[in-house]
Amino acid sequence: MHMADALISPATGGAMWVVTAGLISYCSKKVKEELDDRKVPLMGVLGAFIFAAQMINFSIPGTGSSGHLGGGLILSIILGPYAAFLTVASVLTIQALFFADGGLLALGCNIFNLGFFPCFIAFPFIYKTITGSAPTKGKIVAASLVAGIIGLQLGAFSVVLETLFSGISELPFRTFVMMMLPIHLAIGIVEGVATAAVVVFVFNARPEILRSASESKPIGNVPVRNILVGFVVATILTGGALSWFASSHPDGLEWSMEKTSGSGELNSPADTVYGTLAGIQAKTAVLPDYGFKSSENESAAETAESGEAKESWPAVNAGTSVSGIVGGTLTLALAVLIGFVLRRRSQDA
Amino acid sequence: MTKIDKRLFQIGALDELASGDSPFHRLDPRAKLLTTLVFIGTVVSFGKYEVSALVPFFIFPLVLVSVGGLPLSFLAEKVLLVAPFAFFIGVFNPLLDKTVMIHLGSVPVSGGWLSFCSIMIRFALTVGSALVLIGLTGFHAVCMGLERLGVPRPFVVQLLFLYRYIFVLIDEASRMIRAKSLRTFNKKGTKIGTFGSMLGHLLLRTMDRAQRIHLAMCCRGFDGHVRLISPLKTGWREVVFVLGWSALFAVMRIWPLPEHLGKWVTGLLS
Repeated sequence: MHMADALISPATGGAMWVVTAGLISYCSKKVKEELDDRKVPLMGVLGAFIFAAQMINFSIPGTGSSGHLGGGLILSIILGPYAAFLTVASVLTIQALFFADGGLLALGCNIFNLGFFPCFIAFPFIYKTITGSAPTKGKIVAASLVAGIIGLQLGAFSVVLETLFSGISELPFRTFVMMMLPIHLAIGIVEGVATAAVVVFVFNARPEILRSASESKPIGNVPVRNILVGFVVATILTGGALSWFASSHPDGLEWSMEKTSGSGELNSPADTVYGTLAGIQAKTAVLPDYGFKSSENESAAETAESGEAKESWPAVNAGTSVSGIVGGTLTLALAVLIGFVLRRRSQDA
Repeated sequence: MTKIDKRLFQIGALDELASGDSPFHRLDPRAKLLTTLVFIGTVVSFGKYEVSALVPFFIFPLVLVSVGGLPLSFLAEKVLLVAPFAFFIGVFNPLLDKTVMIHLGSVPVSGGWLSFCSIMIRFALTVGSALVLIGLTGFHAVCMGLERLGVPRPFVVQLLFLYRYIFVLIDEASRMIRAKSLRTFNKKGTKIGTFGSMLGHLLLRTMDRAQRIHLAMCCRGFDGHVRLISPLKTGWREVVFVLGWSALFAVMRIWPLPEHLGKWVTGLLS
């Protein structure tokens, strides 16, 4: 469920970067304060363990497919939430840089979705509550399953929200939710089962590892308020800094609507989810132009269906679009040519 | 070789590219990092139906690849490897957004297809530039750059440690998988019990390894603080690199070159 750069807007990506950067420096401070210098190599090596663990699959009975360990939950169980969050963040950074899973701008979103929920929600509130102070095998299995599922569901829902706020993908909110949540229910079960299998093994073989982890202070003071404040500040900052991009250059649809209906944006139906969310969005001052293209398209489609707009709809004349394509191809050719010439020159040198 | 094995082999290959020498290799990693971020930010700031104005942005990765002497086909292959994700999210756009936005001759093109093309171009640009960044800089130098740019030290140390031990642990896991497949006569599939035991053993070995590493670090005088040596220098080259590219991105963001070029050429022809 890595999000890709191509699907998010700078405002969303930037806001999530700021939030994630805040979380990383908060966790770094916490890890430093713990003064357990054994954790320095342990975190690094466990991060590498997550990569290695994804090579080992188990078969899911009756489906013919196989699953593997995701990571966030098991890291929290062994390292505690702060160190686990840093480790997840580092794993995702390497994936973004080397495997191009996700991307640099989406990295903030990905770290938040895959790190925050398992480490700061699923682990302290679900896993620790269920296992309690005297864990048994049964409790561990139940706790891993529930925490795995809920952690991934929250992450998946957050993916939907971030995609929606970015407004690049055309998928309507409800369809996207109906698509993401069941898939991630299955993935969550796999994650829970895999985590349970490993934790039970460790519980039988070296119970002291789990004991020392669970004794490290539970986080009673999850910095929810700080995160919310961070969110608001980040949205305002990125929204303010980037809004001139959005306003100076209306995008294609708005431009064509301006031609046809005389006003840039059609009123979106206020009673739908989009309308409500758009209201919230307008209040929080995220680039008003960027989000919720789906609502505009819906209303645009309605206008088109109503017949009046039909004749005048293709507002862009054929000449303009052909010249656009010619120009685009020429520019690409030019870019390739420049690259080619530079390469020849650097080889000669 | 398993899939991850192969991908890991590519991690090494990508990082090795950074040992090359070119004017861009020699730049301070911070300059390349910042410029790549500006690039990605500018590319994703376009409206969702923008296609032709995105095309000039290919100049950035192409110039870096050419001057840096990176293997273009290798990078292109890596970009294609991860393309399915963006493809499957984006491919719904043509189905859901059927509003006709432009006409190519007599063929109507819907907004969905435009935004789909836009998504794929953005994807190629952003993913490509991240790979080029590593290929020109190397992971170690990128981490040093991050540290100098104010990323918390524990996180940078974590990244360096992780990168150092990925290869070691992948080898360890490959040995376990090989041993298992020899003992099960290459039978496909692993029961959950076996899986738990294998992964549990790997985890315990990992933790023992971490303890040995910690002891080794203590023997060498580790006192809880990791000191990084990063001889980074910023000179006029770096300033020119960052400002020059950023200015070009800004110009390409505001002034749609392909549109003007296309109008001019079609005007000449007709």
